Amino acid sequence: MLKQTEGSRAVAEAVALCRPDVICAYPISPQTHIVEGLGELVKRGDLAPCEFINVESEFAAMSVAIGSSATGARTYTATASQGLLFMAEAVYNASGLGLPIVMTIANRAIGAPINIWNDHSDSMSQRDSGWLQLFAETNQEALDLHIQAFKLAEELSMPVMVCMDGFILTHAYERVDIPDQAEVDAFLPPYQPRQVLDPTEPVSIGAMVGPEAFMEVRYLAHAKQLSALERIPRIAEEFEARFGRKSGGLVRGYRCEDAETIVVALGSVIGTLKDTVDALRADGVAIGVLGIQSYRPFPLAAVRAALQAAKRVVVLEKSFCVGLGGVVSTDVRLALSGLQLHGYTVVAGLGGRAITQASLERMLRDAVADLLQPLTFLDLDWRIVQRQLEREAQTRKSGPVAENLLRDVGPVAAKVA
Amino acid sequence: MLQIRFHGRGGQGVVTAAELLAIAAFEQGRHAQAFPSFGSERTGAPVVAFCRIDDREIRLREPILAPDVLIIQDPTLLHQVDVFQGLQPDGYVLINSKRSFDDLGVGEIAKRFRRERLLTVAATEIALKHLGRPLPNAVLLGGFAALTGLVTLDAVAHAIRAKFSGKVADGNVAAAAEAHEVVRHAMLEVADAQAN
Repeated sequence: MLKQTEGSRAVAEAVALCRPDVICAYPISPQTHIVEGLGELVKRGDLAPCEFINVESEFAAMSVAIGSSATGARTYTATASQGLLFMAEAVYNASGLGLPIVMTIANRAIGAPINIWNDHSDSMSQRDSGWLQLFAETNQEALDLHIQAFKLAEELSMPVMVCMDGFILTHAYERVDIPDQAEVDAFLPPYQPRQVLDPTEPVSIGAMVGPEAFMEVRYLAHAKQLSALERIPRIAEEFEARFGRKSGGLVRGYRCEDAETIVVALGSVIGTLKDTVDALRADGVAIGVLGIQSYRPFPLAAVRAALQAAKRVVVLEKSFCVGLGGVVSTDVRLALSGLQLHGYTVVAGLGGRAITQASLERMLRDAVADLLQPLTFLDLDWRIVQRQLEREAQTRKSGPVAENLLRDVGPVAAKVA
Repeated sequence: MLQIRFHGRGGQGVVTAAELLAIAAFEQGRHAQAFPSFGSERTGAPVVAFCRIDDREIRLREPILAPDVLIIQDPTLLHQVDVFQGLQPDGYVLINSKRSFDDLGVGEIAKRFRRERLLTVAATEIALKHLGRPLPNAVLLGGFAALTGLVTLDAVAHAIRAKFSGKVADGNVAAAAEAHEVVRHAMLEVADAQAN
C-alpha cells in the first residue's frame, strides 16, 4: 500500500511484517523512532506474538539478541553511533556464533566531538565484525532491505546490518509502498535454525576453540560471506519478481554505460549524485554513479566489472580513516588491482555536513579535468583549520580543539543550513 | 520542483508542519519529501524544516537553500535568523503575525519580492481560538493553501486527520479553514489595492 510516512516508521512496519519473535533495543538518536514504532505495534497487539524487551544498554541489547536468537527466535534490534561501539564485543560474538540477527544501523557519526548527525563512521567501525552490511539509498529500499535481510541472514545463519542514513532517511517523510502480510509471508518462510538451545535436546553453543580449529571457524565465516555474493542478487531478483521493484543486490549503476568518470558511493547521497550526474550529462560530461548496496561482503568482481571501462573513479564517502584517508576507497582500489585508472577519494558529509548538488558538481568538474587532489575533503572550511594550526604553533596551551573551532565559527542558530 | 522552508521554534510543531504538507501533497497524487534540519531539538530554539513537492521521484537530499515558499511560524525569528536567505525572486512568504511586514521591520526586504505573494496571518490567535493552544503549524498550512494554491484546503484537512484524531484534529481543521479564509480575503484586498 502506498503511504506517505517517516523512514523510521516504514522500517518499523517492514520489520513487523517479518514477524520477529523478539525485539530488544536501547534508544539512541537517530534510531529511536524505529524501536518506538515497533514498541507501539507490540503494545497494541498488532505485532503478536512478539516479545519487546527493554534493556539497560546497547551491550545488553545485543547480548539479549544473542540469547534469543540462540533459542531459535527471529530476533531484531537497532542502534547507531556510540551505541554500536558499546555493543561491539557482543556484535563480534553474534557473527562468530553464526546467529542470524537483523539490526538496523541509523548511521551517525562517532564522537568525540559528540555529534548526533549522519555519516558512516559507525557501521564502518564494524565492517570487519563478520556481519553482512547492506546500505539503503532511499526509505523504500531501507524498508525492502529489512525484508530481504531476514531471509539472507537465516539462509546463511549469519547476522545482517541494514544501514540507513540517520535523519536524512530515518526522519524523512516520503512515499513508500508497504507490502501485504501475505506477500511477505510467501517471500520469507518461518525461521529454521541450524542450531537451537533447547532444554529437551541440550547442546552447548559458544565453545572455546584453540589454535587447532580457530582459523577454520573464521575461514568458514568468510566462505559464508563469499557465498552471499551469489545469494544477495538472487534474493533481490526473487524480491523483484514478487514485489515488482528493484531493491538491494550487490551494486547498481546509473548512467554508467559509456561513462569516462564514475562516482562510487553508499547510501542516500546516491540520490543527490544522480541529480548531479543528470546535470553534468546535459552539459556533455560522460559521467555515471555506481551505488554499492552490499558493503560486506564486498563485491570485488561486480565493482571491477562496473568500473573497468571508465577512465577515472571518484569514491565519495561519508567515512574517514584518520592517518590513511578513505575507507570505502581502499576496498574499491582492491577491486581495481592491476587496472590503470585515475582514482580519487572524496571525504564528504562527516558529522552531518550537508552534501549539496552545487558542491558535488564543482568537485566532479575538477575530477573530470583531473584537477582534484587524490584525497579531497568536500567543503572543508580551511579558514578555521588554519586558524587552529596557527594557534597551536604560537602557544603550547592552545586549549581544546572543538571549543576553539566553535568560537571561530560563531553562533550557528543564525545560519539556515 | 517546489521547495518550501519552514522556520519556527522548538515546540511549535515546525517539523510536523512540513510532514503535514508532504501528506497533503501525497493526497493529491504528488511526490513529496519532508525532513527536519536535524538539530538537537530544544523548546524555544530556532528550528528549520523542509518540504519538496514534485511530479516525479525526489532524489535530492540537500537542505533547501533556494526556497519557493517560506513559512515563518514565529516572527521573533525575523531578526535572529536570516530567514529570507535564498528565497526565489517570485517566492511566497507567509508569516504568523497580526502585524504587517513594515511593522515587523522587514518592509525593506519585502520590496525585493512580489507584494501579492507576501502575507501575514495571525495564526497563533486562530489556533488559540480553535485549539486553546498556541500551535500555529497546521493553521498556517490553511493559509499556505490559499496563498499559493499549491495544495487544496481539503488535502490539508486530510493530512491533519491522517496525523491527529478527535478534538485536536477537528480544532486544527477548523483553524486551518479560518486561516484559509483570512488569507483569501487579504489577497483580494492586495489585488484591489494593486488594481487601483
